[in-house]
Amino acid sequence: MPDPSDNTPAGGAATPATPAAAAAADLPLAGPRCAEFFALNHLPPPASHRALRSWWEAQPWAIRAEAGWDYDRLREALAAFLSASAHAAAAPALDTLEILPGRDKSGAPERHALCLRPGDIVALVGPTGAGKSRLLADIECLAQGDTPTGRVIRINGRAPDPESRFSGEGKIVAQITQNMNFIMDLPVAAFLRLHAESRALPPRETGAAVRRVLESAVGMAGEPFGPETELTQLSGGQSRALMIADAAFLSPKPVILIDEIENAGVDRTRALELFTGQGKIVLLSTHDPLLALSGTSRLVIRNGAVADVIRPTADEQDTRRRLALLDQNLSALRERLRSGGRIGRDAAASLPMTMTS
Amino acid sequence: MKLVTVAGPPSSGKTSVILKTLRWLRDDGLRAGVVKFDCLTTGDAAAFEAAGFPVLTGLSANFCPDHYFITNIEDCVAWGARRRLDLLVSESAGLCNRCAPHLRGHLAVCVLDLLAGVDTPRKVGPMLRTADLVFVTKGDIVSQAEREVFAFRIRQVNARARILFVNGITGQGAWEASRLWRAAPDGAPVTGGRLRFSVPAAVCSYCLGETRLGADFQNGTLRKIKIPDAPAHA
Repeated sequence: MPDPSDNTPAGGAATPATPAAAAAADLPLAGPRCAEFFALNHLPPPASHRALRSWWEAQPWAIRAEAGWDYDRLREALAAFLSASAHAAAAPALDTLEILPGRDKSGAPERHALCLRPGDIVALVGPTGAGKSRLLADIECLAQGDTPTGRVIRINGRAPDPESRFSGEGKIVAQITQNMNFIMDLPVAAFLRLHAESRALPPRETGAAVRRVLESAVGMAGEPFGPETELTQLSGGQSRALMIADAAFLSPKPVILIDEIENAGVDRTRALELFTGQGKIVLLSTHDPLLALSGTSRLVIRNGAVADVIRPTADEQDTRRRLALLDQNLSALRERLRSGGRIGRDAAASLPMTMTS
Repeated sequence: MKLVTVAGPPSSGKTSVILKTLRWLRDDGLRAGVVKFDCLTTGDAAAFEAAGFPVLTGLSANFCPDHYFITNIEDCVAWGARRRLDLLVSESAGLCNRCAPHLRGHLAVCVLDLLAGVDTPRKVGPMLRTADLVFVTKGDIVSQAEREVFAFRIRQVNARARILFVNGITGQGAWEASRLWRAAPDGAPVTGGRLRFSVPAAVCSYCLGETRLGADFQNGTLRKIKIPDAPAHA
């Protein structure tokens, strides 16, 4: 916990800082970021001034008083603006994510400990109220025996840095749920560039990253959209596909929590491949048989605890392949009808009544 | 007693987040209360009372809300102390965005709503810039990508604050919030303390009830808009 009094500039409006301290705390003025800061705050551009102190001293009273600025506050605000990228840049490295057992709703100890690695996909199954969301929440807040379940999460074999529990940027988890929407009034590419900027990607990598997200999102969505399509105009499936591709390629978070995306009209198999390809750990809470069988393991959640851990057997893998085929055929049929096509014998043959079992 | 100042634009979710956070603190055995500052009307007191938290309401009515807060917070703290509270939350709206109710030596929280748009952090000013903790609400219905961009924009305005996503409806993040509040500094005297940011200067005829328009009625501390092609007048 930082001392709150630290967050106040050393000198308030009525107490000018000592000249020695102020000189030591001068800031050089250079680069487009600096210019952006001045424009955002409606301040005259730095022009020929090379340091904040000399710029400040050249300003008339009205400018200085504008938003309650004094030199120290302005210096602090500019420093904050310039250092924002440094915060965003660090992507936490994750080798193992362990979930040590807690207790179920009746207080009985949970029997299963879990250790997840990059590329793992874990499906959570269980009826509503069984405790799937609670498990996702324990991972999200990196529980240390201090949540109602008593579970303990360990990162790379150790208790996590407290900072990663108590700040949004420190969190290791990205979430995608059925309820999420894009709300920004921006075209897709402009938004992706904004996200890349917040990750402090160098400008030459930004273009490639934006293209990669866009391409894989379009591939998953089925219906094409372009860089100039407005975010808010995207269909449900397109939005979900873009969220998935963005989380895979642009988000720094190594763990993805997915809550019920089955009805989103997205190529689910491809979405999961995208995450594993990027070395993410994926936990998905689902009622969808294809997704439930697509995990490297499946957790059965009952009465608030992990009641069973199932590794897919050969039979289950075979069932998953058949389901995937059925899913593909269904998509093809949907596409055909949507584009005004007719259904012939071949289509009927692709449906399960005629499948050998 | 700890004092936590919570500020944020209207309808950003302050009351819901405070309620969710205080419930966790109560489970820890802490006695918590709320003083709610508002301008015209508030129904939030009922929500706090229904949840069993003592609450005091202050309506500034035709008085400048910031000055009202500043000149009353001392008495509110005394009220909390008489009730033997361990933690008092002062809740106020962001008012004109030029002010901040944050005090030195007391935990300062700013609540921002993701749905308000990605430019919001650049518009709200001192109540964000001088905060120790920023709670971002309504994240459950906004994409992860936009959340990350929003956090970045907050970071550009305040490099030091902790940014936490807290959901007033589901309670996600409220437990973490309660840990941070429990660690808030204790007992700094309010009397003789300092605001983190000065309030705007304006003592003009309209502060004193003038309603007529026109230069003849404008007296006191005035500020005129700069219009490039306006004709020069005497």
